[in-house]
Amino acid sequence: MWEAIFFWGFGGLAAALAVLVIAMKNPIHSAVALIGNMFCLAALFALLDAHFLAAIQVLVYAGAIMVLFMFVIMLLNLKAEELGRSRRTLAKGLGLVLLAWVAVRFLAEFKGEALALPAVTEDYGTIESIGRLIFGPQILPFEVASVLLLAAILGAVTIAKKRLW
Amino acid sequence: MIGVHHYLILSVVLFALGVAGVLVRRNALILLMSIELMLNAANLAILAFARSMGDATGHGLALFVMVVAAAEAAVGLALVLAIFRHRQTVNVDEVRSLEG
Repeated sequence: MWEAIFFWGFGGLAAALAVLVIAMKNPIHSAVALIGNMFCLAALFALLDAHFLAAIQVLVYAGAIMVLFMFVIMLLNLKAEELGRSRRTLAKGLGLVLLAWVAVRFLAEFKGEALALPAVTEDYGTIESIGRLIFGPQILPFEVASVLLLAAILGAVTIAKKRLW
Repeated sequence: MIGVHHYLILSVVLFALGVAGVLVRRNALILLMSIELMLNAANLAILAFARSMGDATGHGLALFVMVVAAAEAAVGLALVLAIFRHRQTVNVDEVRSLEG
């Protein structure tokens, strides 16, 4: 009962905010909508018993990545004319109608009862079980990810710097 | 009752919105945000499948998706900054020197 209320609430909000992300003209408004979308997804992750990833979603996505986006948007300081005018053409209307038709046909394909999610063990999705996972069987991808992050830091600094030396 | 289907359909909707953003919008920043939207939708699908299997191995994969998203956002935003510094634009249609 509560699960359904939370799913439809946060799921509907996530979808509505995703629409706002791609519909807003000003990137700042898109970024704020995307932060809200990520909070809703964190709530859905918690609903899926992925407690650790729900916390990481808020910390890394809403906290770090979106702040980076905000910094860049404000650093660029785009003028209204650089954002371009919004065009309401026949193509957009036709596209929306076709999209609605595809969505209706897509949802009509789903028949029968939804499968219930099975009960999970006590430590499912906790920091301890994820830690045992990434420092045990997934240690190689974990180390490669650290090299990837180092390469990304160096690459970002090299690309964004005005003059390297 | 909420089953794995509900989460997968929501994931499809979010992913489709991300694809639509990449196809429709020409602002490089909103393009990058749409890519984040798609990566998040993929994460939701991974976690829904992990939950329906009762096996947390997929959580490691979702974590690595987040790591890749962070690296991609950092490099992508650095590229947007460098392009804006040289061309004074963030419209991806105006950045076409390599188009032959």
